[in-house]
Amino acid sequence: MNGFTAIIRRELKLAMRQGSDAAIALMFFVLVVALFPLGVGPEPGILERISGGVVWIGALLAAMLSLDRLFQADHEDGALDLLVMAPWPLEALVLAKCLAHWMVTGLPIMLISPLLGLLLHMNTDAYLTLLAAMALGTPVLSLIGAVGASLVLGARRAGVLVSLLVLPLTVPVLIFGVSAVEAAAIGQDAGPHLMLLGALLLAAIPLCPWAAAAALRQAVT
Amino acid sequence: MENARKSVFDGAAVSCVRGARWVFAGLDFTLSSGDALVLVGPNGSGKSSLLRLMAGLSAPASGKILWDGADIGADRQSHGARAHYVGHATGVKPALTTAEDLTFWFTFRLRDDPDAERRALEHFGLTERASFPVRFLSSGQKRRLALARLLAAPAPLWLLDEPTVGLDVAGQSALESAIAEHRDGGGIVVLASHVAVALGGSEREIDLADYRASHADDAGDIWSEFGA
Repeated sequence: MNGFTAIIRRELKLAMRQGSDAAIALMFFVLVVALFPLGVGPEPGILERISGGVVWIGALLAAMLSLDRLFQADHEDGALDLLVMAPWPLEALVLAKCLAHWMVTGLPIMLISPLLGLLLHMNTDAYLTLLAAMALGTPVLSLIGAVGASLVLGARRAGVLVSLLVLPLTVPVLIFGVSAVEAAAIGQDAGPHLMLLGALLLAAIPLCPWAAAAALRQAVT
Repeated sequence: MENARKSVFDGAAVSCVRGARWVFAGLDFTLSSGDALVLVGPNGSGKSSLLRLMAGLSAPASGKILWDGADIGADRQSHGARAHYVGHATGVKPALTTAEDLTFWFTFRLRDDPDAERRALEHFGLTERASFPVRFLSSGQKRRLALARLLAAPAPLWLLDEPTVGLDVAGQSALESAIAEHRDGGGIVVLASHVAVALGGSEREIDLADYRASHADDAGDIWSEFGA
């Protein structure tokens, strides 16, 4: 699939050369999580209890930061017109965009999350589960985010609007992500929670590109 | 060129509504391989809107646009493959180099012919700028880069919206020779321009002012409800 990889390569090149978007999302994630020990106090029991939720909420908020740029730049400079005229399915194009977006924001967030778990005294048994849950959950954030990002094209204050649209839709990811980590932390089986996260991902892979492609076609008319 | 077969691109009773106002109505055109159509008309008469309809980016309010008898809206992928649209915004990325930007678009359009890319850069005088970041190009050079896509990924239908904006004399003559060659090869060109562009042969002209909708009230002029 020639065009698919062409999109991913282009997005990665653009992200690397004007890389502030991805770096900002990651820095934001670290800062938000680092604020909690300062605000709640350093008592290990409390921090350990809330660590899963804090890391996940931080990841959600950080992912929102970079979403509005997903299609906005292409919309502004006219490239979106040409992308919509792709000689191959527009849904695949959206999927490629999401994959690139995940590699630039979701993947770094996932990789740094155990470090932030350490900051919050997270039970070490939960680290692997946290990584697995993030690996399944962060791509869902990029996919749902693509729907929001394509819907707000052309709107004023699109960045805020996209967060308002997308955050409620990410609640299932938050719930199952946190319960997987908490189950692992108290020595229970995290399997069912991870499977539900996987199911969310499997549902999002076909549905979100389909919805986002429809919104993009509308955006260029 | 590859298609010896004649293609027909035509529109019947095409109408366009933007912002709840009729822009034009009842427009017919028929173009076959090798033809060129020039759209003229005052600002706001719908030249760009018609080109976007022809590109399949938006759908006509009424009427049909057909390629070889098939509605272009029914199979957007095939129409995307056969049409090149160059609009006001060039869609070039400042962070890429000239060659990277061009390579992306022809790979994206599923072409794999480095020779065509080299020739496209050469034709529009960008060979020496190939490894330059696009952000250092002048606006005329960015326009040339956008036009170079036409040659890098051949497609039978060219839709050009004010393609000469920012071009110098050499750039315009490069565009003119590209158009002439394209028509010789059986391509179709539709062009909106306020500047006279030589199209290498006879051409048709549509003055969109002639199609200004007379039944302007039929669209339900919503603005009047707000007293505007």
